[in-house]
Amino acid sequence: MAELSYLEAIRSGLLAEMREDPSVYVFGEDVALGGPFGVTQGIAEELGGHRVVNTPISEGTVMGVAIGAALSGLRPVVEIMFVDFITLAMDQLVNHAAKLHYMSGGQLKVPLTVRVQCGVQGNMGAHHSQSLESWFLHVPGLKVVMPSNPADAESLMRNAIRDDNPVLFIEHRALYFSRAEVPEGGSGLAMDRASVLRPGTDVTVAALSKMVQPALEAAEALAGEGVSAEVIDLRCLVPLDIDTLVESVRKTSRLIVVHEAVEQGGIGAEVAALVQERALYYLDSPILRVAAPNAPVPCAPPLETFFVPDKERIMEAVRRSLASQPA
Amino acid sequence: MTAAKQGRAKAPARRDENRDPVSLLRRMWVIRAFEEKVSALYAAREIVGLLHLGIGQEAVAVGVCGMLDADDLVYGGHRSHGHAIAKGADLNRLMAELAGRATGYCRGKGGSMHVVAAETGFVTASGVVGGTVPLALGAAFAAREKGVGRVAVVFFGDGAGQTGPFHESLNIASLWGLPVIFVCENNGYAEFTPLSAHTKVERLARHAETYGIPSATVDGNDILAVRKAMGRAVDNARAGKGPTFVECLTYRLRGHYEGDPGKYRELSQLADWKKKDPIARFTRVLKRRRAASAKDFEEAEGDARALVEAAAEFALASPWPEPEETGTQVWA
Repeated sequence: MAELSYLEAIRSGLLAEMREDPSVYVFGEDVALGGPFGVTQGIAEELGGHRVVNTPISEGTVMGVAIGAALSGLRPVVEIMFVDFITLAMDQLVNHAAKLHYMSGGQLKVPLTVRVQCGVQGNMGAHHSQSLESWFLHVPGLKVVMPSNPADAESLMRNAIRDDNPVLFIEHRALYFSRAEVPEGGSGLAMDRASVLRPGTDVTVAALSKMVQPALEAAEALAGEGVSAEVIDLRCLVPLDIDTLVESVRKTSRLIVVHEAVEQGGIGAEVAALVQERALYYLDSPILRVAAPNAPVPCAPPLETFFVPDKERIMEAVRRSLASQPA
Repeated sequence: MTAAKQGRAKAPARRDENRDPVSLLRRMWVIRAFEEKVSALYAAREIVGLLHLGIGQEAVAVGVCGMLDADDLVYGGHRSHGHAIAKGADLNRLMAELAGRATGYCRGKGGSMHVVAAETGFVTASGVVGGTVPLALGAAFAAREKGVGRVAVVFFGDGAGQTGPFHESLNIASLWGLPVIFVCENNGYAEFTPLSAHTKVERLARHAETYGIPSATVDGNDILAVRKAMGRAVDNARAGKGPTFVECLTYRLRGHYEGDPGKYRELSQLADWKKKDPIARFTRVLKRRRAASAKDFEEAEGDARALVEAAAEFALASPWPEPEETGTQVWA
């Protein structure tokens, strides 16, 4: 057990896999120097520069290179510096990485991990602050994980690299320096499992990535109001652990989904659809979403602060849910 | 004929076995016969989908792949039946794939533009123009890291030369000195539009020059010229001297896709290129050199057509995939 930052935990998971498996390679802009945030710091020094490959600013081609290397038996980890730039690599990710196993009738596999960081932090504006995870839910063949804490970051990183499918590993920039105890080998939780972080009986709050923290804070504050909220960290969006959610909703009869991505077409919509299919008659109120407004991410501090869902907005949604009764 | 039973054109295991010029002619005939049969089956609605035939471009496929070892890796594009065959794909399984049958290479999940014949080193075709160029760099990178002396080859057309990843790939291949060979099949048309309407750069090999990659522009309908350029490229790649760009000037004698009325091309242009048909041309070379007998020529075509007929029979007699297979193999 050691206390690690989220960033150190990602590095720890990556480094552990690279030490064990010589076919794991890192590709990305500035990665040999540690990258802009230092996630890959020191790896080239320990394992050799050939394993940590600096690339030009050519996201689409770098993604393709990594896919081609994966098809040839390597386990590449590609870093796209900001998720906003993954637009440039969409063709390779969507048309090749996600589909080659299927289109080849199982002849090929693409054991690729794509590391990206997302989210609002530091007034960087609309090209360096988005949360785009829900785009990838719509592409069968891609797994999507979003760790919310250091222990999960370490184990999800190790799971992602070992997976024979392409995995999009989405980090949140604002979490990089949050610290927590990380058991040896990470949380040990399988990639396809959501995690119940706080048990409760009155309402289920499902959150992901950085939104888990305000969800927990809201639950704590609501406890003071006599409301028992169950908080679930989705952790992995594809495959989604719908069983854990349904089980929780059958108990609490109310569901709030919280994400930092804009509301329209987000994971909240998918969760709502899946839960009502399996637990509609258990619900006592409509499933609500707490998400960013349907707008690009603004830059100015008051606008940016307003953009991101917070503890108060989650509490307000919970109260709304509790106030709503079946007819 | 054992080869017919296996549905496999006599593909070379090593380039040295491929010096027999008659075998080159035979393989070009197999591709020609295969695609003519595909065209006929498409017209008869036995094969459906979006088909891009490379009739007229066989010298590039056979010229290039004939210079490779069995474990070298080849990436194609949307017009790649010939590339797969030249790398040794089984005709039965290939035809069955185009016909959407369960016995196809990809169990019918790929189709014409997404053929994969992994066991032969034909890694994948792609429906996205220029999409496989970066993938071939990855194959070359992995080969170099593993120290296996393998080279990667990617086929693409002149249309790919105006895509972003093409330029990014030339830059990275050069920068990293990768053992990759860029084979541009410059057939003068990107879909329905002549190259001159898409770029001022008439010879795509000039882009290679910009990025510091050695290049050659050759007559792509002259199989010997293609082989010569490829030989140098392969030797350089294996010797660790990095990438080469081989531009092959050629022409597709069919439309962009089957069913394309092709009104954007002059009939006289088509007639001119028919005179440069790579198979007829190589036949004349062999005759002139007395390198083959009349029987050789007859058999080259006859055997090819027999193989292809057998492949068509195999494909059309094969079962369709079960509908339930739609949801299988999404995950490895």
